[in-house]
Amino acid sequence: MDFGFTTAAYVVAAVLFILSLGGLSGQESAKRAVWYGIVGMGLAVFATLIGPGSGLWLLSVLLIAAGGAIGFVVATRVQMTEMPQLVAAMHSLVGLAAVFVGYNAHIELARVLAMDDTARLTLDGFAGLLAHKSSVEISILRVELFLGVFIGAVTFTGSVVAYGKLAGKVSSAATKLPGGHMLNAAAAGLSVLSLIWYFNTGGFFPLFLMTLFALFIGYHLIMGIGGADMPVVVSMLNSYSGWAAAAIGFSLGNDLLIVVGALVGSSGAILSYIMCKAMNRSFVSVILGGFGGASGPAMEVEGEQIAIDADGVATALEEADSVIIIPGYGMAVAQAQQSVSELTKRLRAKGKNVRFAIHPVAGRLPGHMNVLLAEAKVPYDIVLEMDEINDDFPDTDVVIVIGSNDIVNPAAQDDPNSPIAGMPVLECWKAKQVFVSKRGQGTGYSGIENPLFFKDNTRMFYGDAKKSLDDLLSKIS
Amino acid sequence: MRIGTPREVLQGEARVAMTPDSALQLQKLGYDCAIESGAGDRAGFTDAAYAAAGVEVVGSTAELWESSDIIAKVRPPTEEEVGYLSSDKTLISFFYPASNENLMQLAADKGASVVAMDMVPRISRAQKMDALSSMANIAGYRAVIEAGNNFGRFFTGQITAAGKVPPAKVLIVGAGVAGLAAIGTSTSLGAITYAFDVRPEVAEQVESMGAEFVYLDFEEEQTDGASSGGYAAVSSPEFREAQLAKFRELAPEMDIVITTALIPNREAPELWTEDMVKAMKPGSVIVDLAAERGGNCKLTVKDEKFVTENGVTIIGYTDFPSRMATQSSTLYSTNIRHLMTDLTPEKDGMPVHNMEDDVIRGATIAHANEITFPPPPPKVKAIAAAPKKAAAKELTPEEKRAQEVAAFKAQTKQQVTLLAVGGALLLGVGLVAPASFMQHFIVFVLAVFVGFQVIWGVSHSLHTPLMAVTNAISSIIILGALMQIGSGSFLVILLAALSVFMAGINIFGGFLVTRRMLAMFQKS
Repeated sequence: MDFGFTTAAYVVAAVLFILSLGGLSGQESAKRAVWYGIVGMGLAVFATLIGPGSGLWLLSVLLIAAGGAIGFVVATRVQMTEMPQLVAAMHSLVGLAAVFVGYNAHIELARVLAMDDTARLTLDGFAGLLAHKSSVEISILRVELFLGVFIGAVTFTGSVVAYGKLAGKVSSAATKLPGGHMLNAAAAGLSVLSLIWYFNTGGFFPLFLMTLFALFIGYHLIMGIGGADMPVVVSMLNSYSGWAAAAIGFSLGNDLLIVVGALVGSSGAILSYIMCKAMNRSFVSVILGGFGGASGPAMEVEGEQIAIDADGVATALEEADSVIIIPGYGMAVAQAQQSVSELTKRLRAKGKNVRFAIHPVAGRLPGHMNVLLAEAKVPYDIVLEMDEINDDFPDTDVVIVIGSNDIVNPAAQDDPNSPIAGMPVLECWKAKQVFVSKRGQGTGYSGIENPLFFKDNTRMFYGDAKKSLDDLLSKIS
Repeated sequence: MRIGTPREVLQGEARVAMTPDSALQLQKLGYDCAIESGAGDRAGFTDAAYAAAGVEVVGSTAELWESSDIIAKVRPPTEEEVGYLSSDKTLISFFYPASNENLMQLAADKGASVVAMDMVPRISRAQKMDALSSMANIAGYRAVIEAGNNFGRFFTGQITAAGKVPPAKVLIVGAGVAGLAAIGTSTSLGAITYAFDVRPEVAEQVESMGAEFVYLDFEEEQTDGASSGGYAAVSSPEFREAQLAKFRELAPEMDIVITTALIPNREAPELWTEDMVKAMKPGSVIVDLAAERGGNCKLTVKDEKFVTENGVTIIGYTDFPSRMATQSSTLYSTNIRHLMTDLTPEKDGMPVHNMEDDVIRGATIAHANEITFPPPPPKVKAIAAAPKKAAAKELTPEEKRAQEVAAFKAQTKQQVTLLAVGGALLLGVGLVAPASFMQHFIVFVLAVFVGFQVIWGVSHSLHTPLMAVTNAISSIIILGALMQIGSGSFLVILLAALSVFMAGINIFGGFLVTRRMLAMFQKS
């Protein structure tokens, strides 16, 4: 079929993709938006298959079907709490695909350049496209594919490590090889040298060498970032996979790849920005790993943590008119969302005002808590953002904190020396009573002491979140 | 070394600086103890009791002064008593050095060491020897008792078969040690108690004692007591006015008023004016604990009790501790014993006058022929200053407007700079890059721009579906693989085929998961 048709199809697909992302502004429109995305993708694939330059379409369809089958199985079986891992794993596939496509472009380029003029005229498809390029264009092409491979390789290992950390297969603590970021900088520098080398010679070896460096950077960069920063990491990798696609799009001269890559890239970048802002940290400091150095000794925490049992919590809940629940990663770990939902249902049946307060970085993925609560059939209109609900705490009778720690830490406001000073937090301590469901007395991932636990109006409800809530449910009819 | 306590010479002073109990403790520090015969009589300690505690009872005043190395007493010495001092003697007593300079000079000339109990600095470590506090505590308690003695009604409200009795209303002005003790006594007797202090930080202490703190409608920043070692400081005229206005409002309701307001080294401030006394009901009682320094009420007559024309009793006694001599002697002698413990680190009966020690240095007013008063400020602050609260400033509308304008300008500037830089970069690229590249590049820039505009609108709660859907559509990389798969080389076909396969997983997995998630979001 004609090149014109393919281009037209690409334009339609691009518009559909944009609508698909834009539709996510609301829960209801999102359900429609995802269909736009699916249709756009189908159209794009179809147009490419019948368009110029493609071959072996039967094999292609078979491979897509095989991949699709696997994707289908994975997508239907995955637990909602495993969402972060899944997203990270899928990023790694995009990264690897980008590396392969980049290599292919290189191989084709080498093959085309080795031909004489008459042979070039007989070429069609991608090779034909390459054959018509001038020498300047070929130089640019090299830079583009080099970038595509570089970003793809970083995304690949980065996502694999992120997957390992999120799935608990790798320790989620920040670990670095000796030399720290100097190693990353050195690898990046060597990659630039490889680029110059590749630019001048066009040989395969510098490209391969750079790939190794990029794989190392991806691995080492993400290893150095701790579990609590994972929302930023995942959205950052999301962004990278987009930029990789865009770079490959340049080298293949495919506008749809460029458009979609740029969309995905900017989307991930904005998400990262939102996450960083929610933690009051700069993007650079998250990437460099670990919390910034505190400027002085942390405030002494006075008082003691007072425990309470399920009966006490049940009594307080019976008497309360308004309840706010603050879920965190601990709820996801304990798979307690169903119990939370059941508790919510019962309390609402008694006419109590039950709402959820979600901090932007709660969990391990942007919006993680919303998805878990939605899975447990908690209606989304009682699930509120930090900014929407923070002013309501003083009028609230009971706050239940389930498995979150730093996002409810008053030290962020009170103690200028705290590592999280200035981070916006949920001001739950202003409520009349706070119950904290927590496994034990530890300080949680970040190792920062939480003065909330020592406040007069706080009671600690120790134990596994799911078990504690089930105990509680048995007391509340 | 020998510690001796003479009989107090001041008329009406019933306290004594040593009790049989404290003598036993002092002996453990290695001291011999002596007491003038009859010194403890008025406080309820007989000579026999002292003798039983191993204290030598000495017949005459002169003999006691002569034979003792350390003399512990309550009241400041008279000139005659100072005459007994010599270079090897140490005197421990209340001294009020600021108003007794002649006496201090005299003692210093004699070469004696003088430790003034009223100069013990107010730091945590020295609390056990803070005789002012222990005496003030007694004064506060006694003031309420004295007031009750002169007040014709119950403190507590009662409903009896013989009729209803309203509770007494008590106002305590000045919530220092005496004030707090008075509050405690008054509330435990059942009266409705109000308290006022110029230091806002004591409101919490007042409320903890069960009284109601009287707040002023006054905006000025009130200094807390931390800068003046825990004591009140002089307040501004405006503040004073607000304070008096409040008292005037309260005066007709109050049955008992106990004023304890003192500022160190100053005459007592006038807080209860004549018109307030006139406004009070007949039968009301005023106890002025500041009578010694002129009184918080100017009608007060020092050391006397009198009834005004409108039937208000004003009590100006200055000897409340002495009126409870047994209790006050016990506390005072314990304060002295603690001071001796600090002075005798080796417990060998030999005092070491360590002038480097904050407490000893502060309390010593004469040592080795020199006057050592006033002392340098102690190295340890009495009370940590309350951390300054960052005052959230109320902005005027103009300021707000100005801020908005400034923010808008900054934003415009930022945007324009970004656009300029971006535009310049784009143009720069356009100069060198070939047209075919520029075509794609423009598409890229526009797509980034569209992406930024679109993604900001995405709802917070849908961030996870957003990630899943962008993940799915980033497998658009499949197009690249599809274009290459028809190529001749086997390696290319292999790599392309792998890419198609992986992207296929991603497309289906990503979209399906997104749909699954979105289907879960339900409205209530």
